[in-house]
Order: sequence, then C-alpha cells, then structure tokens
Amino acid sequence: MSTVTALRSRHLLGIADLDPGEIELILETALAMKEIGTRPIKKVPTLRGRTVINLFFESSTRTRMSFELAEKRLSADTLGMTIAGSSVAKGETLVDTARTLEAMAPDMIVIRHGASGAPHQLARSCRASIINAGDGMHEHPTQALLDALTMQEHKGRLRGLRVAIVGDLLHSRVLRSNALLLTRMGATVIACGPPTLVPPGLDRLGVRTTTSIDAALDGADVVMMLRVQHERMHGLFLPSVREYFTLFGLTPARLERAAADVIVMHPGPMNRGVEIDSAVADGPWSVILDQVANGVAVRMAVLYLLAGGEAEEGT
Amino acid sequence: MKLLLKHVHLVDPAASRNGEFDILIEGDRIAGIGRGLPVGDARVVELPRGLIVTPGLIDMHVHLREPGQEHKETIATGTASAVAGGFTAVACMPNTDPINDSASVTQFIVKRATEAALARVYPIGAVSVGSKGEQLAEIGDLHAAGCVAITDDGRPVSSALLVRRALEYASMFDMPLIEHCEDPSLKGDGVAHEGPVGGSLGLRGIPGAAESIMAERDISVAEMTGGHVHIAHMSARQSVRAVQTGKSRGIKVTCEVTPHHFTLTDEALAERGGYDTNLKMNPPLREPVDVAAIIEGLRDGSIDVIATDHAPHHADEKALEFDRAPFGIVGLETAVSLCFDRLVHRGVIGLPRLVELLAVNPARVLRVPGGTLVEGGPADITVLAPDAQVTVHTASFRSRSKNSPFDGWTLRGGVAATIVGGRVVYINDAVTGAGALRSTQR
Repeated sequence: MSTVTALRSRHLLGIADLDPGEIELILETALAMKEIGTRPIKKVPTLRGRTVINLFFESSTRTRMSFELAEKRLSADTLGMTIAGSSVAKGETLVDTARTLEAMAPDMIVIRHGASGAPHQLARSCRASIINAGDGMHEHPTQALLDALTMQEHKGRLRGLRVAIVGDLLHSRVLRSNALLLTRMGATVIACGPPTLVPPGLDRLGVRTTTSIDAALDGADVVMMLRVQHERMHGLFLPSVREYFTLFGLTPARLERAAADVIVMHPGPMNRGVEIDSAVADGPWSVILDQVANGVAVRMAVLYLLAGGEAEEGT
Repeated sequence: MKLLLKHVHLVDPAASRNGEFDILIEGDRIAGIGRGLPVGDARVVELPRGLIVTPGLIDMHVHLREPGQEHKETIATGTASAVAGGFTAVACMPNTDPINDSASVTQFIVKRATEAALARVYPIGAVSVGSKGEQLAEIGDLHAAGCVAITDDGRPVSSALLVRRALEYASMFDMPLIEHCEDPSLKGDGVAHEGPVGGSLGLRGIPGAAESIMAERDISVAEMTGGHVHIAHMSARQSVRAVQTGKSRGIKVTCEVTPHHFTLTDEALAERGGYDTNLKMNPPLREPVDVAAIIEGLRDGSIDVIATDHAPHHADEKALEFDRAPFGIVGLETAVSLCFDRLVHRGVIGLPRLVELLAVNPARVLRVPGGTLVEGGPADITVLAPDAQVTVHTASFRSRSKNSPFDGWTLRGGVAATIVGGRVVYINDAVTGAGALRSTQR
C-alpha cells in the first residue's frame, strides 16, 4: 500500500512531477474506482457540485469520452469545449482563454493541446486544477497511468518488468509519459523505432534505444506499440508503409521472442497492418480493450485526488 | 559649451589608452584627451573612482520595429532603451513593415532618429527586394540614403548565388553582408535547440548544424568573392569553429554573439514551471558545450562583437503557446550588466577586450565613426559602473516591450551615464556620483 495519502500538486501536468508514492496512490485509488464501474448504478456523488471543463484544442474521441465518463460517474457538472486548432485562430491568446474560463469558476480544467507545454502555461494563470490530457509531443500522463494499471493487473507488479515500446518515438507523448513512469517504478524500458523518429535525450530518462524490433522484444513482458501517423509514412521520415511494417510491424512470429506470458498494448487508435498485425491486435496477448476500461478508472482517480480526495458528506 | 571630464579612468583600447586622463568636450566633438589639460572656461566634472569611461558602445544588431510595428517598439523608445543600456549608437535591422529595401524607408528611419535625438541610428538595408531572396535591392541607393550594411535578417539568404552577387555588388560600397545563418530545411518548424532538454519537453528541435552549415557556405562564398560576410547572433559551437577556420585562412569573416547566448543554456527552458516564451529566440538557447565554445571565442578573440539582437515583442504576442509565440527577446538594457557579470567579473575578459567587443569592433565592421575617442571626433562616450549592483526590472525598461527572461536577476555591473554628441542623454541615478554629469544636461 502506498504510504502517500494525497498529491502534492493541485495540477496533473505530467508524470515528471509525480514521485513513486503518488503514482502508487493514483493506481490504488483507480482500483477502487474501477469497482464502481461494475455496479448496476455506476455513479457516486463524490464530485457533486464541482465543475469540470473539458477543453480540447485537438480532436480526440477516446480520451475526451473517457474523461467525460469519469466525470459523470463522479457526478461532476461537466462542459466541453472543442476549439479547432488553437485559440489563436480566433485571435485570442491562451491566457485570454484561461481567464474566460476562470470567470466561470470551474474546479478543474482538462486540457488537450497540440502545443507542448500549453497546460503548464495555463496552470500559471489559473486557479483551477489543470489536468493534462495530452500536450503536443510532451506528455500524456493519464495514458501512462492507465497503462501502468493495466500492466499491474496482468503482471501483478511494475518493478522488474521489461517493457518494449515500439514505433514513432519522436512525436509520442505516450512514450515520454510511459518512460518516465515505468523507469520511476523500477521497470526496464527499451524503446525501438527508426533513427529518423528517435528524440534526443531518451538515455537521460534511463531508456535504452534500439532499431531492432527483435532485440527490443527479446524477453519482453510487455510490448507497447505506438501509432505511426500516415502523413509521416511517405517522405523524409519513412519511405513507405510496406517497409515500415517489414522492419517494425508486430506479428505473431516476432512475438515468439518475448516472454511466454507477454501482453500487447496500444494507446489507440490502431493502424492495422502498419504497426500491428490484426492477428496480434485481436490475439490472446492483446489487452488493448482493458486499457480503455482502465482509462475511465484512472481518470476518476485523478479527478478525485485533485479535488482534495474528500468524498462529499453523506457518501 | 565646454566640458572637462577630469581625472577619469579611460579605457580606449584602439588608442592604447587605459588609465587616468582628462577629456575635453567642446560642443559635439572631443577637443582634447590628455593629462593635466588646462581647464580654461570649461565646466569641470569629476567622477568617483571606480567608474570607467569608454568610447560610446555600439549595438550593431537591434530591431527598432518602426515603421510598421510600433506596438512593439518605435525609434524613439528603442533609442531611449539604447542609451539607458549605455549604447550611443545602434544599427537597426530592415525587417520592418515595409521592409527597409528602399531609400525612402531608410530616409524615414534617419528622420525619426534625428527627431528622437538620443542614440545614433545606422540603418541596415535589405539584401533583396522585400527580403524575399529573389532580386537584389537597390543597394547603392540604400547606401546613399544612409545604410551601413545589408542583410535579410530574420531569414537567411537561401540562395548561394544571391549571397555571391550581394557580396560582389556591396563591395563597391564597402558594405558588409550580415547573415542570419539558418538552413531552412534543417530548421524546419523547430522552436528550441535540438537536444535532450528540448526532447524531454517535447519541443521540436533546431540543430546547431542548421546554423553552421549556412555559416560555412557563406564563408566559402566570401572567400570566392573577397567580400566581407558578418555572421549574426552565433549560437552553435560548430559555427564558432567555422569562423575560426575561415579567419585562419584569411577570409573576410567577422561574427557576433548575444549576451543571452553566453549567459543561458537550454536548461532554462525546463525551469520555473517551464515553457517561458521569453526563452524562445532564434537561434535558440543551446547546450552548455555551445556556451563554453562561445565564451572561449570571446576570450581568444575569434568572436568580434557582442550585439543584443534586441527583438521587442508585445506581451500579448508572447502570451501564446510556446509553439506559436514569436522568437526573440529585448536586450539593450541588460547587455552591459550581463557582460560584466558573466564575462568581466568571472575573469573571461578584461575591460579593454570588453570595449573591443562592444565599441571598437562594431564600428570597424560597419565602417562607422566611433569605437575610439579621437580629437575632432564625435563626443560619444559611455560611463560604466563595473561594481554597481543592478536588479533587472523589466517594468521599468525604456523599451516599449518587456520580453526579457532576466526580470528579477541581480547582476554586478551597469551603466552610469551615456553621452551622445557631447550631450548627456542618460544618467543612472542609482550609481553614486553619476549625478555629477546632471548639470551638464541640456
């Protein structure tokens, strides 16, 4: 059990700000929240009277719906704002947007933004708690937390796990948050991708990098496949889908190098036949749908803990 | 009117002076420099020990934003900022709106500078029409109107052929070509130095080679043409090496660095909550090894000039996401303090070398008067206070813009007073004894 009983910050901007005790606290809380999802009436009054704004500057289906469901299960009042592109498109600065929202007195703002650091900038000018739902190429902390919960459920631990993360490492906030979380919790992370898609500084995070998927999969307990955007498939990053799948695609044959009880994860949405063979995506190794279910529980936990971890009276 | 600065410590390396001298100013000119000059009918000013008198400092790389972007800066506010920073002259970049690619824009700038009557302003003209990199601007006309150099600063001259023709053509007027070195394809849509820090913050990278590749190309073209290329705001260790190699082969290449590039590294981007848009500039803050190479270049003489790349932006523009905020910071009012604190007091360079970097060499690169005090020459003088404790308050900057990452920093060394053409145009009342110059203000 975690000896930590509360989060130090009132924001969740990134895994970089969490210590191992806080990560454990969120995961334990998420397990309790998960139970709520199994009840016939999947709603508790924990956040009754609290307002949460979902501010999405980038299109997102699964993350936005997952947050909305988490908020509703906790009885928060929620409103969503999807702004295509950036506030700039409307001639408004990010700080203006923040002030406008502040005037509505929300307790929390969930933000997804295409620019790295946008939630951090918002946090400097807002009284509300800011939850980062993905910023540019930087972090996606709730994704890493739901991934960790999924690994823990299937493997019983994080410490000592060998986790291979394969795909577009350069543009991936999922990689960055997972690398921070997993190394912090004592797992070994091996990142694999073409050299054109490897960001500088992964070694500083304690991550080993390889261009050989076979080397990455060798003895892996967990394989996490990252999406490769179609627009990066033709041109200067990669020559073709065909060659990418040949070099980096996850197939049942390749999986034989991994541990016998390996699990396969994907943050979604998947490109079948690009980074992952359908036989793997739908096979016995896949825990991809568990990830989705755990997403709601982890987001409930984060909302609850950032609200002060106090259940409303009478619950 | 005559003014005699008596027993002042003058540091004027171009005249091999470093010691106690009297300086006689008559009208807008220096009438005499020596020891024990007769007082005659001059008003005598004595300055406290510890203050240093130098030839007027020259910032050869500033953006005054007028015409066209007066919400960021005007020639009046920019030159007020300059004299508060100890600069008696500035050279202003042509990326205004409209671009300074014609004599009429140059004349407008000169007229505005005359009206402001603070620092001298040397306009720099565009290399190409609209700085589009296609067709040579009327460089002869620009020269006749008062431009002292050409550049398409803000962007590189992307075609090697245009660099060649510009160097050849400008040699007719003895004007240098100032290059903003950046390979557009390598820079891409980068917003920060490509390295571990930018990588961990998820910021798209600009590698050091984006700068040095262009610097190497320009040095090769300078060799071919015999023209003078000046590399602006150099940030990468590879560029320092390229300039050193070029100089050793006798090629006419000079270069400048900014105070922020020798003071800060990209590590600052992760501090204090991260993503401070006042740390976003182009070229970006680089790694400690790059800063070390720049400091070594300042020490060993391979870097010629310190210039600020003073780039005012309105607070609203800097309030955007890091990806979208404009590049650049203001620098005129912090340059001298950063030079003292980071270079002089840390033993990197001495006072004569400081004056070379801030006055002698900028005058030589631009072929403008100043850089040294000579009898009959303009009385442009800066009085420095090497030991003043200076705390930076961006709110009290004379510049119209406050986009500086140094707000709240306390630095050792500053400016006591600035004299342009015999007129005391700036006195820093926080410096003891600087007020002695006050009664000479007209």
